[in-house]
Amino acid sequence: MFSFKTESIFGQTKQLEREIDQFVDILSEVGLVFKAIIPLYLSNGASEQFDKMVTQVSEMESKADKITKEVERTLYEETLIPDARSDVLRLLEHMDELIGMYQGNCYHFSIQKPDFPKEFHDDLKNLTGTVVNCVESLCLTVRSFFRDIKSVRNNAHKVTFYEKESDKQFSALARKIFDTDLSLDKKMHLRYFVEKIDRICDHAEDIADEIQIYAIKRAI
Amino acid sequence: MDLTIIVFLLGGLFLGWSLGANDAANVFGTAVGTRMIRFQTAAIVCGIFVILGAVISGAGTTETLGKLGSINAMPGAFAVCVAAGFAVYLMTKSGLPVSTTQAIVGAIVGWNIYTDSTTNIQVLITIIITWVICPIIAGLIAMFFFILTKKLLQTTSLHLLRLDAYTRTALLLAGAFGAYSLGANNIANVMGVFVPISPFTEINFMNILTLSSTGQLFLLGGIAIAVGVITYSKRVMLTVGNDLLKLSPVAAFIVVISHSIVLFLFASQGISNFLHSLNLPSIPLVPVSSSQAIVGAVIGIGLLKGGKEVKWDIASKIAVGWVVLPIIAALISFVILFVLQNIFNQTVYF
Repeated sequence: MFSFKTESIFGQTKQLEREIDQFVDILSEVGLVFKAIIPLYLSNGASEQFDKMVTQVSEMESKADKITKEVERTLYEETLIPDARSDVLRLLEHMDELIGMYQGNCYHFSIQKPDFPKEFHDDLKNLTGTVVNCVESLCLTVRSFFRDIKSVRNNAHKVTFYEKESDKQFSALARKIFDTDLSLDKKMHLRYFVEKIDRICDHAEDIADEIQIYAIKRAI
Repeated sequence: MDLTIIVFLLGGLFLGWSLGANDAANVFGTAVGTRMIRFQTAAIVCGIFVILGAVISGAGTTETLGKLGSINAMPGAFAVCVAAGFAVYLMTKSGLPVSTTQAIVGAIVGWNIYTDSTTNIQVLITIIITWVICPIIAGLIAMFFFILTKKLLQTTSLHLLRLDAYTRTALLLAGAFGAYSLGANNIANVMGVFVPISPFTEINFMNILTLSSTGQLFLLGGIAIAVGVITYSKRVMLTVGNDLLKLSPVAAFIVVISHSIVLFLFASQGISNFLHSLNLPSIPLVPVSSSQAIVGAVIGIGLLKGGKEVKWDIASKIAVGWVVLPIIAALISFVILFVLQNIFNQTVYF
């Protein structure tokens, strides 16, 4: 009876580990797709390939949602990690919000079709690259929270670094936009998109800060 | 068997039941309180291992209690058990973390005084010294395991979920060991006073297994402890798990294993003999307090973490318990013996 129960605990544990890893993979992959979508949009507009990639992001978001629900159900039903359960669930929820922010950005590009003049293309691509790097560092922070607690601080530090970089790039680009002769409505429209991309970094930094607290709580 | 004998034995069984109801929380309290282990699983494992510990390894500590005072009449043994149980009840009501061990020792000394028997001072001093060093040893063992586990976790980089699964298994195993040690160490409190006047005769099971009269007493006492665990320990476990020990599951495992090692050390005839064979001072086989071993281990971990988590109020209450409880138990024992002898006309000693 007990050996069966022990086996089932370890079986479930492995399954959950896989699911959480999968979830972090999705966040990382969505970032990579997003990094490819922006240059594609800037060069070809809302093309067929662009739409395909937006759909791909939506599918990944649905998959992430499904995993979150499954992990939540298992953690509660099997009363696993009672001391860290709420932290882990909150972490997954916040990471899911990041995926939602990527998806939201894609949809807004697809629906509102902002017209970025060529002079802003490189800056926007750089900003997107920094944001994706920031989230990528967050993924490392999350993985280290689960597996290698002593690396959390280092990885979280990288998230903070990229967030600061992204802030600088956002300010420079916003200033550049408002220094042009474009109409105010257009300036505001472009700034809206730049700001929305930058916000992904802000959220990633908040999550990294939370993880550092969770890591302290995990100390025996 | 005479019905009065059964009635008198009930005194010991009641003490066993209350020991099971209270002390099982020391073994499985944190695990059940934090929902790492289901109560049902904890109760079954605890019940089985308490009985095994009592029957297999309970003789050592019983012998020491026997040296303190050899109670030679069944009503006398009954009085001693009831006095110990009542003293524990009184002290628990006043919020002191007391132990049946200290109560039974006080009650035996009460019997010695009432019957004008000599109390073996050497044994009494050994017992008292053991009570003092028991939480200290538990604290030192907990410190050692805490440092070791921390280093181990840093080098192995286990996944949080994998660590959780291992901790659950470790808590269950440590709990089983703890229950075994509890049975081995504390059965003397429950049945020790009945050993010299055991009403049972040796039973032979088809020439395969022989259960001595003492073995039968220990089996009965073990069952009483197990019944206490199953019927009444849930509430205590949840209280201990949530209120007394605010520890991570891994730290909880360290506390339980340290407590179990201490109880086992002071009950194991094998270890004592082994040390003796090496010309080292052997460990006295003395019933020690499970609660105090737990608190000692918690304080040990608390000190390693900088001392902020140390419950000095509980530590001082333990010190009060060492002094007050045996005295109260001795007084109650004296009064009950007087009542039994002079009002109920029972022979409380020969």
